[in-house]
Amino acid sequence: MWSLIQIELYKIFRRPRTYIAFGAIAALIVVIQLGLKIDGDTYAAFLMKDINDTLTVDGKVLNGYLICYILLQLLLVHVPLLVALIAADMISGEANLGTLRLLFSTPFSRTQWVLAKFIAASVYTILLLIWLAFLALFVSMWVFGTDDLFLMKSNYVVLIEQNDVLWRYVGAFVFASFSLLTVTSLGFLMSSMANNSIGPIVGTMSAIVFFTILSTLNIPLFTVIKPYLFTTHMNNWKEFFDIQVNDNNEAIHGSILNIPKIKNSLIVLTLHIILFVSASIIIIKKKDILS
Amino acid sequence: MFGVFCYIGMSVIKVQHISKHFGSLKAVDDLSFEVQAGQVFGFLGQNGSGKSTTIRMLLSLIHPSSGSIEIFGQSIEKNRTDILEQVGAIIERPDLYPYLSAKEHLQLFAKVRRRKIPVTAIEETLEKVGLANRANDKVQTFSLGMKQRLGIAIALVHNPSLIILDEPTNGLDPQGIADIRELIKKLAIEEGKTVFVSSHLLSEIEQVANQILIIHQGKKMVEGVTKELLDPQKRIVQIKTLNDAGTLQVIVAGSFSNYLLPRKEGIFLKIPTYEIPLLNESLIKAGVSLLGIETKNSLEDYFLQITSNA
Repeated sequence: MWSLIQIELYKIFRRPRTYIAFGAIAALIVVIQLGLKIDGDTYAAFLMKDINDTLTVDGKVLNGYLICYILLQLLLVHVPLLVALIAADMISGEANLGTLRLLFSTPFSRTQWVLAKFIAASVYTILLLIWLAFLALFVSMWVFGTDDLFLMKSNYVVLIEQNDVLWRYVGAFVFASFSLLTVTSLGFLMSSMANNSIGPIVGTMSAIVFFTILSTLNIPLFTVIKPYLFTTHMNNWKEFFDIQVNDNNEAIHGSILNIPKIKNSLIVLTLHIILFVSASIIIIKKKDILS
Repeated sequence: MFGVFCYIGMSVIKVQHISKHFGSLKAVDDLSFEVQAGQVFGFLGQNGSGKSTTIRMLLSLIHPSSGSIEIFGQSIEKNRTDILEQVGAIIERPDLYPYLSAKEHLQLFAKVRRRKIPVTAIEETLEKVGLANRANDKVQTFSLGMKQRLGIAIALVHNPSLIILDEPTNGLDPQGIADIRELIKKLAIEEGKTVFVSSHLLSEIEQVANQILIIHQGKKMVEGVTKELLDPQKRIVQIKTLNDAGTLQVIVAGSFSNYLLPRKEGIFLKIPTYEIPLLNESLIKAGVSLLGIETKNSLEDYFLQITSNA
């Protein structure tokens, strides 16, 4: 099994297409960082305009931690589309190329191949996330420095001490990895049903867009199914940045406001991953390899 | 993992009444055959006759609708991974990874074996198929013939007991075809491999196979020892004249009518060799404007004869 994973990883990282996502993320982050570096004060003033009369904030609002939060808000919506480029190509791409029959006539079961491919696609996804974390968090910390994290929520503000922030990002990135692995497994499922790459890639992207719209619509009919949609839970990494307060309305260091919500989301996402990968295995096991 | 001990005469492949339906299409229809150890088994059929579907079923890429397949005495359905450890195959087109080199392909496929394949085996295999000088070139720069050679190398790199080659000479130039022919002979004679080779290039099979099976529209048409099927005692001849209709009447009325083969065009007879001069003589005596009598005793003619009767 380990040799199969090695082979799949080798193939992924020998293809130029693999690096498009890394390049796209780097380009986007650098452009945003550059923009905020040049005109960050204006942006910070815009952020604070509604509360300037009631609240005085000392220190550096536009620091590396806030930049990372802004970047994650912007990018974690779009990274799934980049993940789909590889995940949705893992099986269908080989079917299209005609190499699937070579793999499936080796002395390994189809289940082993599918799992190896999924693990390899997952490694790619995690590496993409680590790349995103490195650029968005560590480069921002280096370029903009660190200070307390000041976040404007819809009807309240959150102030997290700087020595209480880093572990929250670790948690957020771990959570984001579950979100992206759900997308990977969805792309994988689409890939198992087709013999060319375009359909599964477009299908995965369409499914994400479709379910995201359903997740954001506040129509009673959809409210019933919302808790079961993976897209409802994908952005709950933000929960790591909602903090509990004591009776004096002071932030409790090291706390998270809604841990059950995070746990629930992780369970739903994990179940989706298991469901999608299991369905892929069943489909591939039954499939006649005609390509 | 079970060991594979093949001895001459042992049944390496045993196919019993396999059929495969794709919707209403019967791609393979109640096909049965056996391949003995050490044989070069020629699997013949026109394009779309069901050859590749059968081969895919042998490799468990396609699930048969009915019937059973045993390889090395084990059911392919139940012992798939053990069996495939000892099988090397190329299936139809040589589809490979364009971004990998020939050597990388062999390294990759050597890795998917349970036993360790020595590095020297990779170089030797590339040498064997004539790709040693292009070992580090990416496949995207290869011609179809070179891809075909690499496909064969992938099938051979782990030194399998059974080699399944589906149309191995596709895309090869005459020298390449001759090389593959020699390679197949060498694998069978010197290395004792069992080779199952399919083709529609019948002249190729004729020269390498000691047992043949002809398949047409998914059904077995004929199976037997190549030499016996070709029967040197009898030859297929084509009579070329200026007046086929008149000549046909002469033959039907005469003593050679039993040898006449039903064909839509041309006059063909399957006739004992010693009677060919007599046929020639009787046609001339009957005043036939004879252009020539051509012997057509090749597998291709045999194949055409069989399938045109179907």
